[in-house]
Amino acid sequence: MDKITFASQLLQYTVTGITIGSVYAMVAIGFNIIYNVTEIINLAQGEFVMLGGLVMVFLQVSLGLPVVIAFAGTVLIVTLVGLVLDRLAIRPIRQPSVLTLIIATIAASIMIKGAAMLIWGKDPFDLPAFSGRTPILVGGATIQPQYLWVVGFLVVTVIGLTLFFNKSIVGKAMSACSENADAARLVGINVQHMVLLSFALSAAIGAVAGLTMTPIALMEYDRGAMLAVKGFGAAILGGLGSFPGAICGGLILGLIESLGAGLLSSGYKDAYALVVLLAVLFFRPSGILGNLEVTRFKRF
Amino acid sequence: MDRKMFRAVMVCIAFFLLGTLTMCQKKAAEVAEYKVGAVFSVTGRASFLGDPEKKTAEMIVEQINQAGGINGIPLKLIVYDDEGDATKCNLQVKKLLEQDKVTAVIGPSISGLSLAVIPVFEKAQTPLISCAASYKIVHDEATGKPYKWIFKVPQSDSLAVEAIYTNMQGKGINKIAIISGTSGFGASGRQELIRLAPEYGMEIVADEKYDPKDTDMTAQLTKIKGLEPQAIVNWSIGPTQVTVVRNWRDLGMESIAFYQSHGFGSRKNIELAAGAAEGVLCPLGACNIADLLAADHPQKAVTMKYAENYKAKYNESLSSFGGHAWDAMHLLVDALKAVGADKAKIRDYLETKKGFIGQHGVFNFSPDDHNGLTKEAFQMVMVKDGDWALVN
Repeated sequence: MDKITFASQLLQYTVTGITIGSVYAMVAIGFNIIYNVTEIINLAQGEFVMLGGLVMVFLQVSLGLPVVIAFAGTVLIVTLVGLVLDRLAIRPIRQPSVLTLIIATIAASIMIKGAAMLIWGKDPFDLPAFSGRTPILVGGATIQPQYLWVVGFLVVTVIGLTLFFNKSIVGKAMSACSENADAARLVGINVQHMVLLSFALSAAIGAVAGLTMTPIALMEYDRGAMLAVKGFGAAILGGLGSFPGAICGGLILGLIESLGAGLLSSGYKDAYALVVLLAVLFFRPSGILGNLEVTRFKRF
Repeated sequence: MDRKMFRAVMVCIAFFLLGTLTMCQKKAAEVAEYKVGAVFSVTGRASFLGDPEKKTAEMIVEQINQAGGINGIPLKLIVYDDEGDATKCNLQVKKLLEQDKVTAVIGPSISGLSLAVIPVFEKAQTPLISCAASYKIVHDEATGKPYKWIFKVPQSDSLAVEAIYTNMQGKGINKIAIISGTSGFGASGRQELIRLAPEYGMEIVADEKYDPKDTDMTAQLTKIKGLEPQAIVNWSIGPTQVTVVRNWRDLGMESIAFYQSHGFGSRKNIELAAGAAEGVLCPLGACNIADLLAADHPQKAVTMKYAENYKAKYNESLSSFGGHAWDAMHLLVDALKAVGADKAKIRDYLETKKGFIGQHGVFNFSPDDHNGLTKEAFQMVMVKDGDWALVN
């Protein structure tokens, strides 16, 4: 084996960083969608990712459905879970203060995790990679085809959401709700439906993140919490509520983790990203791309 | 006396009588059966250890009682689940000793928990046969000798390291990289790897770590790739040991030999590695490869029988860790048969037991060695065609 150059090593760290960063970015986008429309931080977001992976395992591996159908089925099922979460946990709360609603999402995340443990047990599960596992060699670094799928889906999600929010009526209605819910209600937008839709979208994106990352990193029932923390960190890093911010935050977080573990000490991998997060918040509390004025208006 | 007062007095007398009767019953039971306790991590983080251990212990007790008990006296096993939590383990151990009044205890499943409960047993002067691997369980740093009442049956990680290093010497490997999980098992293994390296002429060029809940080790492996070792040794337990193997393959590092710890010993790990485990080497206790052992191997008979019985009863292939419970349980049964339910006599018996053929080795205990195994307790195996194959 030829000696790997430092440049190639850097490239390898970057590749891994961008891949895991894309997962964090998708989780962060999920947080932002719900936050924008409702001001709630949905702490069950990580569980959507976990469910995405495990439901796909069930559909593709246990039932043997072809990939595309299993994909669609998984997104559908996890979206349903998101809808149920809104209907049963969020909407019925009689005196909805943001804090109460956040606690409700925490409770929901614990329940979902418990249900996953009962259904799938505690073992990790694997998925076949979408297009095989032969690595692609680029400049001395090996890229697994599945990495490209993860990043690819992030791109598709971003393009899809941009078109949705800017061009479609429903998307514009959702944007209106996030600007000013009362004004939106006055012009005839059904805010409750928009809230439901935001949960559905977040769940769907989370599911996609989950089922694309499982062939790389396996999935088990308790993965959700750490993903939620890191995804939330990414969202804050980029500026809560900002979509470009979520992407930046996620990718930066992934890169810091990967480069930190490779170039510095690997024992503190989780600490790097969190240290950087604290540093950014100290110097720029609204996050990298966040708007300080807007942040002051919102309760968080 | 008025009626209320009369009734109150009668109720008190009734409870008093009931209490005395229950105490009498307990006393009678204590003589008529042997009581043994077990604490395993049946659920929680280490359930892959505790669950087969519990199943094995219960299976053995059932077999013994069906055959008429030990010298005609039935054996009762009380199992508690510590869920991998040190506090719960402590409480349950105390419960076994003080409330259930067992003669001896087997378990816990995890090194950290075993170390935590040692003082309890030393104080209660009750034998403990641990199913956890750390050599510190049977080695008191202060005196340099084993704790008086504590024994363990799993091979020490130091023996696994020696088996690996011996194999490497045979291949002419002397430049290695180690990567380990930061759990108790991983940290202990890493310490042993570093400690024994000079003895076997090993140069450690990289010492990487990862969190037990981590999902990606490509960064650490990429760093190792740049340092060009001849072999990598990974020391961890749980899904991370599979992830490292997958990453090793994904990064195209197959030319660097890959050694796993003895924690890799489950066919499920080979499955999860999705073909990436081909060519991976690891040291395993004999029970994992019972069918591969030569017919004249001393452990052949007991390992084949255990594999058969476990499969027949639970319809799943045996686990290496269940084998530890087998060794602990049968040692205790052997002691009970020889000396009865006397804690001190059991301890003395265990300490001098020689030639005990178990699932994980042939045990030879002594006052200085409460583990009783040498590096021959490990067979070096390689993953070939999705299954284990012996390496000579």
